Amino acid sequence: MTVTEIGGRQVHVDAEGFMTEPSEWDEALGTVLASNIGMELTEAHWRLIRFLREDFATQGETATTRRVATVAGVPTKEQFALFPKKPAKKMAYIAGLPKPRGCV
Amino acid sequence: MRNLVVLGAGTAGTMVVNKLRPRLPDDEWTITVVEPSPTHFYQPGFLFLPFGGLRPSDVAKPLRPTLTRGVRLVPAAVDRVDPEARLVRLEDGSELGYDYLVIATGTTPRPEETPGMAEGMGDSVHEYYTYTGANALAATLATWPGGRMVVHITEMPIKCPVAPLEFTFLADAWFTGRGIRDEVEITYVTPLPGAFTKPISSQRLGDMLTRRGIAIEPDFVVEQVDTEARTLTAYDGREIPFDLLVTVPLNMGADFIGRSGLGDDLNYVPVDKHTLLSTRYDTIFAIGDATNIPASKAGSVAHFAADVFVPNFLAHVDGRPMPERFDGHANCFIETGHGRGLLIDFNYETEPLTGVYPLPVVGPMSLLKETRLNHWGKVAFRWIYWHVLLPGRHLPVTAHMSMVGKKAPPAVSATTTTTPPAVPAGLD
Repeated sequence: MTVTEIGGRQVHVDAEGFMTEPSEWDEALGTVLASNIGMELTEAHWRLIRFLREDFATQGETATTRRVATVAGVPTKEQFALFPKKPAKKMAYIAGLPKPRGCV
Repeated sequence: MRNLVVLGAGTAGTMVVNKLRPRLPDDEWTITVVEPSPTHFYQPGFLFLPFGGLRPSDVAKPLRPTLTRGVRLVPAAVDRVDPEARLVRLEDGSELGYDYLVIATGTTPRPEETPGMAEGMGDSVHEYYTYTGANALAATLATWPGGRMVVHITEMPIKCPVAPLEFTFLADAWFTGRGIRDEVEITYVTPLPGAFTKPISSQRLGDMLTRRGIAIEPDFVVEQVDTEARTLTAYDGREIPFDLLVTVPLNMGADFIGRSGLGDDLNYVPVDKHTLLSTRYDTIFAIGDATNIPASKAGSVAHFAADVFVPNFLAHVDGRPMPERFDGHANCFIETGHGRGLLIDFNYETEPLTGVYPLPVVGPMSLLKETRLNHWGKVAFRWIYWHVLLPGRHLPVTAHMSMVGKKAPPAVSATTTTTPPAVPAGLD
């Protein structure tokens, strides 16, 4: 765990750069994180980011694209359209959540 | 009398009942295991069937004799579990009451979950995670003239995450042996960012693919299989043509888990990753591939977890705190073809590293390195599985992973600290 500066504040990140303390995040920081990866967020993006935050608060882990499709009702295809190439990682990064648990 | 009901007599369920029966007095506890299959399969052997490396009889034995005396077998499928009433309802309508329930029903491939995949199964599409599928692939490969072979993983997690790599290495060696390697183009298509899950092993295994002339297509999230055009299409628009698709379909836990409201999105049972006790019911445990723990779905994990589970279960049913903590220990032989293999040993916290196992310096097994001895370790393991592991006998290796013999990566062992990148790799 390392502390780094994002958007003018100190936040904890893992070795890859994903935030590790969900409480250090707010939507203003989400906007900064999005611009770090060249994205501007529309309401459609925010709907998914907010879903990820709420889901993490109850489940304790970051939702996968499968979970976003089944629980939030946004098909995987649409997630790829909103967050090109790597929707699961991009959504997690912007939402200030740990990288979704793909596999071990 | 108290009743323990175990659902599933695969690797984990069989070890659990065989280890617990001698520890739970016959006049105090009944042990019932529910398993519809009359056959116990040595699943690591499925990998060798497509190449004629094992006979079907090597990997299948009658199930009843694998269960210790004093364990009642109910040969039925489960309809659902009612955790409030502590009842298991079977598909024939009968019911089993329990004081404690252990769910060990594993995970199965679901080709029907990917559009087009099930339609081509047995024709241009194959899998090797079932006895039927592995034998069907053997029949196809026996006369396959060559062409584009795509080895594909649909979505993580999967059972035995190293198996697709092993299949690829074995196929490369097998085509070479048949003198048709030049006629075969092999592509390894994975939803992961590289050949494997963690940096050091991913790099090593990726290099091993490259050296064999095998192309890697990473970050590929499949949308559909077109068996007419023989292409795999990803959500990001990439298309990969194939003549023979060897896929690992989406893996899911048993359907009754979903019907009973006991599972996550993939029907895996949420449990405490250190004790395997359900996060919702203190009368339900899950073990082996059926759980949601962040460890490999593998027989070695089931074995090490069972070693930790037994003392925990005995304490828990006595109302004492559980004394042991499972660390996610996995230990996997990876066949690499031509009579060689490598070995990886890791847990929740420590990725697969180089070094030796199980003893420092002398090993004799080498970690993350191709050797003949590692191959013979895998070959010998089939005997150990039937005669030591399944009966619940003790194998002289520790359940918890040890750092002894392992070479820690520089970032961990040295005094230097690494600065994380401003943005995770590959996201911008």
